[in-house]
Amino acid sequence: MSWPSPRIRAQIVKELLSVWRDPKSRFLLIGPPIFQLLIFSFAATLELRNVAVGVCNRDNGRWGHELVSRLGAAAFVRHLRPAHSAAEIRDMLDRRLVLAAIDIPETFSRDLVALRPASVQVILDGRRANSAQILLGYLNALVGGLNADRTSPPAGNDSRLPLEGAGGEWLPPAADRDGLAVRHWFNPNLIYRWFIVPSLGGVLVMFATLLVTALSIARERELGTFDQLLVSPCTPTEIVLTKLVPALLIGTVMGLVMAAAGVFGFGVPFTGSFPLLFCSLLLFIVSIVGIGLMISSICSTQQQAILGTFAMGVPAVLMSGFATPVENMPQLLQGIAQIIPLTHYLIILQGSFLKALPASEILAHAWPMAAIAAVTLSAATVFVRSKLQ
Amino acid sequence: MSVTAASPEAAHTAAIEIIGLTKRFGAVDALRDLTARIEAGRLTGLVGPDGAGKTTLMRLMAGLMRPSAGTIRVLGHDTARDAGRIPALTGYMPQRFGLYEDLTVIENLRLYARLRALGRTELTAGFDRLLTFTRLGPFTARLAGRLSGGMKQKLGLACALMAEPRVLLLDEPGVGVDPVSRQDLWRMVNALTADGVAVVWATAYLDEAERCDTVILLNAGQVQFSGPPDELTATLADRSFRLPQPRPDRRLVLSRALDLPSVCDGVIQGEAVRVVLRQGADRQEIDTFAESVGTAAVPVPPRFEDGFVDLLGGGPGGTSVLAERMAPVSLAGELAVECRALTRRFGEFTATDRVSFQVAKGEIFGLLGPNGAGKSTTFKMLCGLLKPTAGEALVTGLNLRTAASAAKSRLGYMAQKFSLYGLLSVRQNLEFSAGVYGLDGAAKHTRIEEMIEIFHLQAYLKSSPDELPLGYRQRLALACAVMHEPPVLFLDEPTSGVDPITRREFWTHINGMVRKGVTVLVTTHFMDEAEYCDRVALMYRARVIALDAPDALKREASAGDSELPTMENTFIHLIEAIDAADNAPAAQEVA
Amino acid sequence: MKLRLIGYGPNVGRVAALAWKESLQIVRDPSVILVAFVLPVVLLLLFAYAVSLDIKQVRISVVAESDGVEAQSLAAAFAATRYFAVSPARDRREVAGELVAGRIRGFVVIPQDFEQRVAASTPGPLVQVVTDGTQPNTANFVASYAGGVLAGWQDSRPSPRTAGVSLVPRFWFNPEIESRRFLIPGAIAVVMTIIGTLLTALVVAREWERGTMEAILSTPASVGEIIAGKLLPYFVLGLGATAFSTILAVTVFGVPLRGSWLSLTALSAAFLFPALAQGLLISTLARNQFIASQLALFSGFLPAFLLSGFLFEIDSMPAPIRALTYLIPARYFVSSLQTIFLAGDVWTLLLRNAAAMIVVGLVLFVLVRLKTHKRLDA
Repeated sequence: MSWPSPRIRAQIVKELLSVWRDPKSRFLLIGPPIFQLLIFSFAATLELRNVAVGVCNRDNGRWGHELVSRLGAAAFVRHLRPAHSAAEIRDMLDRRLVLAAIDIPETFSRDLVALRPASVQVILDGRRANSAQILLGYLNALVGGLNADRTSPPAGNDSRLPLEGAGGEWLPPAADRDGLAVRHWFNPNLIYRWFIVPSLGGVLVMFATLLVTALSIARERELGTFDQLLVSPCTPTEIVLTKLVPALLIGTVMGLVMAAAGVFGFGVPFTGSFPLLFCSLLLFIVSIVGIGLMISSICSTQQQAILGTFAMGVPAVLMSGFATPVENMPQLLQGIAQIIPLTHYLIILQGSFLKALPASEILAHAWPMAAIAAVTLSAATVFVRSKLQ
Repeated sequence: MSVTAASPEAAHTAAIEIIGLTKRFGAVDALRDLTARIEAGRLTGLVGPDGAGKTTLMRLMAGLMRPSAGTIRVLGHDTARDAGRIPALTGYMPQRFGLYEDLTVIENLRLYARLRALGRTELTAGFDRLLTFTRLGPFTARLAGRLSGGMKQKLGLACALMAEPRVLLLDEPGVGVDPVSRQDLWRMVNALTADGVAVVWATAYLDEAERCDTVILLNAGQVQFSGPPDELTATLADRSFRLPQPRPDRRLVLSRALDLPSVCDGVIQGEAVRVVLRQGADRQEIDTFAESVGTAAVPVPPRFEDGFVDLLGGGPGGTSVLAERMAPVSLAGELAVECRALTRRFGEFTATDRVSFQVAKGEIFGLLGPNGAGKSTTFKMLCGLLKPTAGEALVTGLNLRTAASAAKSRLGYMAQKFSLYGLLSVRQNLEFSAGVYGLDGAAKHTRIEEMIEIFHLQAYLKSSPDELPLGYRQRLALACAVMHEPPVLFLDEPTSGVDPITRREFWTHINGMVRKGVTVLVTTHFMDEAEYCDRVALMYRARVIALDAPDALKREASAGDSELPTMENTFIHLIEAIDAADNAPAAQEVA
Repeated sequence: MKLRLIGYGPNVGRVAALAWKESLQIVRDPSVILVAFVLPVVLLLLFAYAVSLDIKQVRISVVAESDGVEAQSLAAAFAATRYFAVSPARDRREVAGELVAGRIRGFVVIPQDFEQRVAASTPGPLVQVVTDGTQPNTANFVASYAGGVLAGWQDSRPSPRTAGVSLVPRFWFNPEIESRRFLIPGAIAVVMTIIGTLLTALVVAREWERGTMEAILSTPASVGEIIAGKLLPYFVLGLGATAFSTILAVTVFGVPLRGSWLSLTALSAAFLFPALAQGLLISTLARNQFIASQLALFSGFLPAFLLSGFLFEIDSMPAPIRALTYLIPARYFVSSLQTIFLAGDVWTLLLRNAAAMIVVGLVLFVLVRLKTHKRLDA
């Protein structure tokens, strides 16, 4: 008998056709991930632009005017909204018309001319505190520029203002504040897309794989074909292993397409070892398949499988370090994050793209995925076998 | 029923008038220029082969679809122009009745009552009436999903009856219902027609059609016959014969009889073979044939089914190409299937209680019983879908507990739902079945081509099984089940809802395979099918209460009458006998 | 035409019956319970504790190449701040590997000639900061907080720097800049989208798949009544989930509720309108649970997550995507919730948001009505 045996081959073909033959489900496998990668790569950014800022300039002197005009010329500002009183500032912020408002005091120019410290109040919208903090960083850089130019008058263009980068990217104020030389390794201009594109690829691969496998057993059970499978000579181990194949194939192809889109479409540099990333991708998918099959073997309907995927997938993404770094989380959640395959895969993914992650580091994150895969696949087999009781 | 009795003249007014009705789906005419009349106070049977347009007509009458041409008037209201009035006048029970499985019996009833805006007092009275009527009283708190098939149908009927409709449309209410529950359904429907309700009963079971007042026979979207069933049956006078106890083997005799030019239809009835001659055929041929098999052709009264098959051009021939090409089965032992004190408990509930029987090689063994009697559980344990709590199940001598994979490769399984992969094409389904049972390479290819040829599947190879007519779905399911030439075949309600012509073709194949030595285990609610069995086991309350040849059981139930009862009556009689025996001691205690 | 009205007019009894049926199904399906009650708690917990944009105790190294007093004092200043968890090092080569492995997010190099640089009057860099650019957000914070630490250290030194302009920031509504305070209102919007859109899309598709729709359609219930009966329980479930999440947010996670319960209820109701309509529209377009769930995921959940302004600033998105966000009800709801929780009842903003959500809802309902017929063949 040749390997794989005709029995296993038949099941693999069946599984592949189940997801691939129907044009609708085929479209749902290909279309949305690509669409999402495009939309979300552009949408998900922590760089600021097109910001509206409120200005209340109570100072009649030169420097108040200078600050306002520099602010108006800054590329991250879309427009300035003039305000004439604290009440107006309050109203603008309440109504979310501006992200922040600056209040320049009457004595501003006078203080500066007299070489006294002059302070400008910045009121920021705490409802959008994250963006507000970033904006504050930009404003600080802008003021830093003003200070520098005041002491040494400008020669030509002011290079300290944020400039449009070559790829339409923002050069965030390289915070060369007084006495600090900042170097951002791996991503010198802190292009957010370099972070989001590889990571999003990982998340999308996870969801597609999870859904395909979670539905596979539940669908057979709901439609009655599972009984047909169970009366055939196929063993539970075979059933689980053959359900692994299409998900593995789909996940791998999708993972590769996503990586290619990152490198060639979004220009994210790939510095690591491709074969190592490929092996990690396979491990990652196998561990996800195990989770998907576990969900599937517990659920009796497709609806339950879908909701189960959801209830597992969303928290997994949130804890994986995709949204915010794992080390910001409490100890307990950091522990849980270690048993989520995505956590490890994201590290390998980001590392392979930007950091030329060495093999030893990849190995350190690959073995947990292998362990998760071994546990979940065995559990799924046990669940399928228990259906025969 | 609390409905006031209809006046005698109202009994024959038209409840539904259908004039020149055509319904098109794309380029296909599901119904073509159909004219019919359904009368109040009568039970009208809507019969026809699969795909004849029965369900489409039902939906049109319920106002759920709009005619492409022509009109339907329900109690004088046009279903197209006056659509809003139809639901208040009609009760409609779709094929898969819309019971909410996660709601209890009483919650389902309440929902449909409130949808029909019944008042509170009407409700209480109505529920009591319907619960008594359906005998569902003790189960009001049970989830609908946990009811047996028969109880589900009765609950569906109760929901449709909620507003005391003047027109009741029932789409295949008898599918999956055991004879005892079916009797209940009949009783309910008869009470309704007596009250002047027009009842339309769509069915593929012709013994059901025979009990209707009038029958509308549809074929390919047109009316083939309309009138009382006797009228059709009468045209068959002197053409039905019974060949009692033919030799050497009634299956072979049937197969040869069906190949006679003068024979149009034939079935097995216990030890006898029943044949119907073609129109104008001479009885000479059948008499000679009967003599050659050591018996005589005894004229018997025709049945509606004979008329139906005749009207549709006769049944299929008697030769199964499938069986002919099959190599004879060789088994080491004489026993194909054996169960030893098979017991299965679900928590406190015992589904099967020490069930034991043996099935010999080349036997057709029937497993009958009311819904919930434990036959499905027994069946599932025999083909390895369930592990027994105690006892052993053996297939061709292999224990399902210890040699599951080996035992499973010796059996073929065909389920009620046909269990085909809707996401795969017909050919891909065949290839999957072949592969799963280890066929490979040229052997696999030849076998698949053979199946396609035998079951005439060429035209459908690229379609999904879901798009196939029911008859073809059944053929495909059988093809998948016998792909690997299993010595033992398990059939779970294999012809549920399938029309008589397709059913005959199916049994021709089964008979042929049995003659080659295949062993068949079948569960069915369809008593004509039980007649094909060599022996049947009747299960009731988790136990086997009778096990014998069909005719022997009939004799047991006949209590000395010269005329043997039908299989259906035998079934009911045996069940009632057990109920009586169980109640007797209780009654004595009270006394 | 009184009889006609019975067939056509909305009937409270029928709607109530359908709504009651739906409620029983909700209560009995464990997967619905999981998504409607357990998932919100999990999500809120995660947004309170796991998804934190607050930077505290970021692991960095301080490479003190100089043994001078000044250098040691600066290193001590880094070690003292609550923003950083500092591991000291002597050689920048030994920490580079740590940065690649992601065990630290940046390092500060205090150079050998630090003392000379401090003493020199000419402006120029005193220390170098290297960050892990793979996580741009964290990198930014590391750089700016390092700057802050350095500036603080310089200010504390006897020779004050020359006077200049300084910004005095004040964060209104959220002075402690706790990310939890603005993330949790956003998380409530996501939870509501799941209940409103995903669950609704699934339950209507399920009625088609199980054949119960055919039976319901054959009763006198009108399409409007069927839709109302279907949506009402999910509307109540949605409002209940909001109330539950709000109580959780206020009592357990310490998010202030500065607006009124009235505005919270009103805005939630206004949001449920388009959210339910969207679920309904999906299920009328796809009478299949798998496709319905995919559509709900892509058109409801993910946009609510990523395009609503909850995690990412809408203003910073490219113009076409920015235009797209105007169609997403969650956009208005996130803004409303953040305002109600943190700012108060700013009615000019809330009314505008409510109006926008109702308009989106109306458009969706018109589409639903056009796509739903009381006939099987239409």
